[in-house]
Amino acid sequence: MAGLKLKNIMGKIAGFFTAASRSGLLWPVIFFGLILLVNALINPGFFDIEIKDGRLSGSLIDIMNRSSYIILLAIGMTFVVATAGIDISVGAVVAISAAVSAYLIGGTLVVENGVQQYVSFMPMPVAIIAALLIATALGMWNGLLISRMGLQPIIATLILMVAGRGIAQLITSGQIITIYYKPFFFIGGGYLFGIPFSIYIVAAVLAVVMFLKKRTALGLFIQSVGINKTATRFAGINSSNIILWVYAFSGFCAGIVGLLVCSNNKSADGNNAGYNMELDAILAVVLGGTSLAGGKFYIMGSVIGGLIIQSLTTTIFSIKEIKPEANLVVKAVIVFVVCLIQSESFRKKVAGVIFLREKKSL
Amino acid sequence: MNIKNIPILSCITGGKGGNSSGSMFNFKYLLLAATIALFIIMFGIGSVSFRGFFSLKVFFDLFIDNPFLFIAAIGMTFVIITGGIDLSVGSVAALTTMITGTLVEIHGISPAVVLPFVLLVGSLIGFLIGIMVHFFKIQPFIATLGGMFLARGIALMINTDSITLNNSFFKAVSNYHIPVIGNAFITINVVIILIVVIAAIILAHYTNFGRTVYAIGGNEQSAILMGLPVGRTKILVYTISGFCSALAGVTMMFYMPSGNPLHGVGMEMDVIAAVVIGGTMLTGGSGYMLGTVFGVLILGTIATLINFQGGSVNPWWIRIINAALILVFCLLQILFEKKGRKIAKS
Amino acid sequence: MADLKPIVEMKGVKKSFPGVQALSGVDFRLFEGEIHAIMGQNGAGKSTLIKILTGVYKADGGSIVYCGTQCRFRTPLEAQKKGISTVYQEVNLCPNLSVAENIFIGREPRRFGMIDWNKINSESEKLLKRLNVSIDVTKLLSSYSVAIQQMVAIARVLCISSRVLILDEPTSSLDEQEVNELFEVLNKLKSEGMAILFVTHFLDQVYRITDRITVFRNGTFVGEYLTKDLPRVELIFKMVGKDISAMSAMPQKCLENVSDNKEIDSLLEIKGMKKHGSMNEFSLDVQKGEVLGFAGLLGSGRTETARLIFGIDKPDQGECLVKNELKNISSPSDAIELGLAFCPEDRKTEGIIDELSVRENIILALQGSLGIMKYLPRKKQDKIADEYIKALGIKTADAECEVRTLSGGNQQKVLLARWLATKPSLLILDEPTRGIDVGAKFEIQEFVMSHCKEGMSIIFISSELEEVIRVSSRVAVFRDRQKISELSGNDLKEEKIMHTIAGGQ
Repeated sequence: MAGLKLKNIMGKIAGFFTAASRSGLLWPVIFFGLILLVNALINPGFFDIEIKDGRLSGSLIDIMNRSSYIILLAIGMTFVVATAGIDISVGAVVAISAAVSAYLIGGTLVVENGVQQYVSFMPMPVAIIAALLIATALGMWNGLLISRMGLQPIIATLILMVAGRGIAQLITSGQIITIYYKPFFFIGGGYLFGIPFSIYIVAAVLAVVMFLKKRTALGLFIQSVGINKTATRFAGINSSNIILWVYAFSGFCAGIVGLLVCSNNKSADGNNAGYNMELDAILAVVLGGTSLAGGKFYIMGSVIGGLIIQSLTTTIFSIKEIKPEANLVVKAVIVFVVCLIQSESFRKKVAGVIFLREKKSL
Repeated sequence: MNIKNIPILSCITGGKGGNSSGSMFNFKYLLLAATIALFIIMFGIGSVSFRGFFSLKVFFDLFIDNPFLFIAAIGMTFVIITGGIDLSVGSVAALTTMITGTLVEIHGISPAVVLPFVLLVGSLIGFLIGIMVHFFKIQPFIATLGGMFLARGIALMINTDSITLNNSFFKAVSNYHIPVIGNAFITINVVIILIVVIAAIILAHYTNFGRTVYAIGGNEQSAILMGLPVGRTKILVYTISGFCSALAGVTMMFYMPSGNPLHGVGMEMDVIAAVVIGGTMLTGGSGYMLGTVFGVLILGTIATLINFQGGSVNPWWIRIINAALILVFCLLQILFEKKGRKIAKS
Repeated sequence: MADLKPIVEMKGVKKSFPGVQALSGVDFRLFEGEIHAIMGQNGAGKSTLIKILTGVYKADGGSIVYCGTQCRFRTPLEAQKKGISTVYQEVNLCPNLSVAENIFIGREPRRFGMIDWNKINSESEKLLKRLNVSIDVTKLLSSYSVAIQQMVAIARVLCISSRVLILDEPTSSLDEQEVNELFEVLNKLKSEGMAILFVTHFLDQVYRITDRITVFRNGTFVGEYLTKDLPRVELIFKMVGKDISAMSAMPQKCLENVSDNKEIDSLLEIKGMKKHGSMNEFSLDVQKGEVLGFAGLLGSGRTETARLIFGIDKPDQGECLVKNELKNISSPSDAIELGLAFCPEDRKTEGIIDELSVRENIILALQGSLGIMKYLPRKKQDKIADEYIKALGIKTADAECEVRTLSGGNQQKVLLARWLATKPSLLILDEPTRGIDVGAKFEIQEFVMSHCKEGMSIIFISSELEEVIRVSSRVAVFRDRQKISELSGNDLKEEKIMHTIAGGQ
């Protein structure tokens, strides 16, 4: 009886593994699991979630909340990477989006009778929409350079990456704009039903994207473009437009992150907002199993990739024996380990070495 | 790249007709010419607009103030010609300064031992990246991104603060001026740049290694089938870039005697920009070391021009102008490529 | 020749890939001063054998004796150094280097430790002269035609002073004239004592140039024959492994069909179309249910015309009427909307999406015409895919296999299925039978016939005149980017078309 049960469970586990490896999620999930396990061992209270002042709090919630930037950028980046492209301008777009929203909301502190008044230069919806529109337009600029002018993705987005922070600085006149308009803080720092609002935003974007992937031909077309652009065009699909919109979407995602960053920091810093975020986003996509060569892509993989990066950072900061400076080194090690494990030639070589040893020992 | 696109009949007639007059004008030098012309124009604009701009001093300062860019860009050019990219240059340079600072200032080891050692460390990082790119087929972007994190992380772990180099050697080198003509002078760094550039040109154009670099960028599969040492060359290219990055770090210390874990943040993008403006194709297979030199000179001239403007121009325009230049040069590359294909057709 | 020792002798060579036994113990001999052909259908193991001989693959078993000594090359470089060189179908040189450099790279002459460019250039010119080619060797390789590039590849081989030259499908992208020149060179090399191994799909060329033939079938050795002792029919029989009588029942064209049909509907009419640098002014029309053949050499404008019709290239001028209505086709999607379909010549780069499944490849064009939002339900996709896999006899484990795992012929059938799924009224087939084996060739020809009987029009482009004549009711002849003639009825003879192409009316 017990044996049968065990067999059943084993079968289920095996089934999960085959399903996971087919969907490309196997390695990312294992890695994420390992990191959580390590955390649980070090910090017994790691999985605890408690309610404080009507808000859920705990390490897991914290990781999810903090990883929202990377995940949002990684979702946009996944589509870009699937078309055999790359977008290294997202960090700069985050800075611009933050600068635009901060500029439109305004950095004036108005105090009347000792009470702070919430004054904004432009109505908040205008600021939000403007920031998102500009970010999307910047994404389209990338898309146009790539699909219409034939620039390589890395170069086209490099241009915006280099120029972007300059533009952000011009918008903020080289200053860090501090905002005092409280309603705006809700986007990046507020809670709804006890859960950070940014998690809702991630969930909403993810839901839309998953719907598009499952229920429309977008996924098929994007993969097809990523694998063979010419053949896709010959099959009557407008490759150029798909590329254009994929970059626009990546810009849009960066725009949302810009709002979150600006709202959470209560300020816009053209220099540091979104700094190196493009690298984290690309890393998340690669960790999630999508190849930079384009083709098959895994949205959920990228989400888990984002969670891996954030949980790693959280872990390092929580272990007192490790200096926070070590974060980058650990990240580098993870990059190498995950890439090596995903690299077919590495696996073959390792298998070869083990096989050789066995032969020798015989 | 796509040989098949070239219609055959027309080419045969064009091709077999012996040396056509068109061959005198080799279109592959066009981009290089454009880069040099742009530099001359920009320097000319400066000379006309500002008193004291047109001088050997200003020209030499372009070298004196950016030695790390020149050297890292030369290493990067090799990598990009193979069709790769190296994001680790800035952080490897920073790591070099930190290791040197610690060993020389805290442990009191002589620079004569430390400098060769740090150059070796830089080369080793490049070598490991090369191994990952070649043997394990990890995309250069990701492998060097890992290298970038690793080097910067180690630099930060050594010390989060900067270390001032009080050792007399660095003081002496950074203050040493070699007079040229009049009151113009050059520094040791400029001599290092010259040596590196000449060595790179010889390496690229007069050795088997250099030609294999170009062949890999042209068609890696072909290069393998032609029996060229592709693996060795690819690993060596990243090793050279690592070495150049470390050397760039050394020139940083000769320029300003201190070690800082945050040296060269974002430098990789300036370096890539210089290489692209210098006419090297990011797709690999074509580019010139001399072009890269002028690429860096152009970036330096833009900064100098903005400096001469004084406070009236926001320094953030430098980045925007750099970006615009990259855009213009990439569009030129595409245009020339199309023209080239048309020439091949008719 | 029997008492001579072969320069290469391979015995019992075995090689398996995951799931496939590519070679199961084959023998092969090559003598100096001969041209030897390896024949076999796709998947027979020809290229695997070559790759083992040249050190690209490692054999699982068997022996290789080269120049009297047992050896096994680990890399192409090692094989090359010992004197075995290969010229591939897709010229494997570097387009971004000069002609001279392509010849010498890897063993450049040095002077004071540095590459001696003057010597490289002058030596290259000399080497190419030996091959009757005189070009500017300092120009980039990419500025020359494929034929010249192939000569450069051979010059590279000569420069290594090879003893064995392997040519893998060297003629598939050359025209008649270029083939003649190549053969002249090969004969010259043969008389100099070089051993030449020649792999091709063209039977004509095998009989024109080779001395000896080795036949493989499904990874096994069938036999070695002197070319003059082996009649063509027997060769095909040995390659295919089944009775030739089944093959000789070749599909017959449906010409009668068209002539019976008095009311001729014009499906497509092109008037005065031209594009500078690619195609001179031409007009043509396609009737409902007919097969219009395009004949002409490679580069004569056949493919260019198809691309203009399908909206891939934009014409400078010209009108296009579909079912007697003036239409503007400015992109493939416009063309598909009007019921056109186009199977391009270059299957790999313009046809299949190799990492997608058979199912996804089949529904791609149909889904493209439906747009992003109207996604075909998965069940419907499966149904369509299964239907065409069955109808066309696509050999695949299931519809979810990646298309790249299929053989060339089956990939071509997947492409046909992709277009049939859009229910086109005009299907343009550009070299649909190139590089695929005899069996699949006949199946595709048969398919063309049966569909035009059902009322579909087809434009059939092929380098093999005999094939064009067999399937078409009318043939448009192209030369030098110009449509020079249209032949039908009794004029549809190979000699007549040849004459037209050659220019003598």
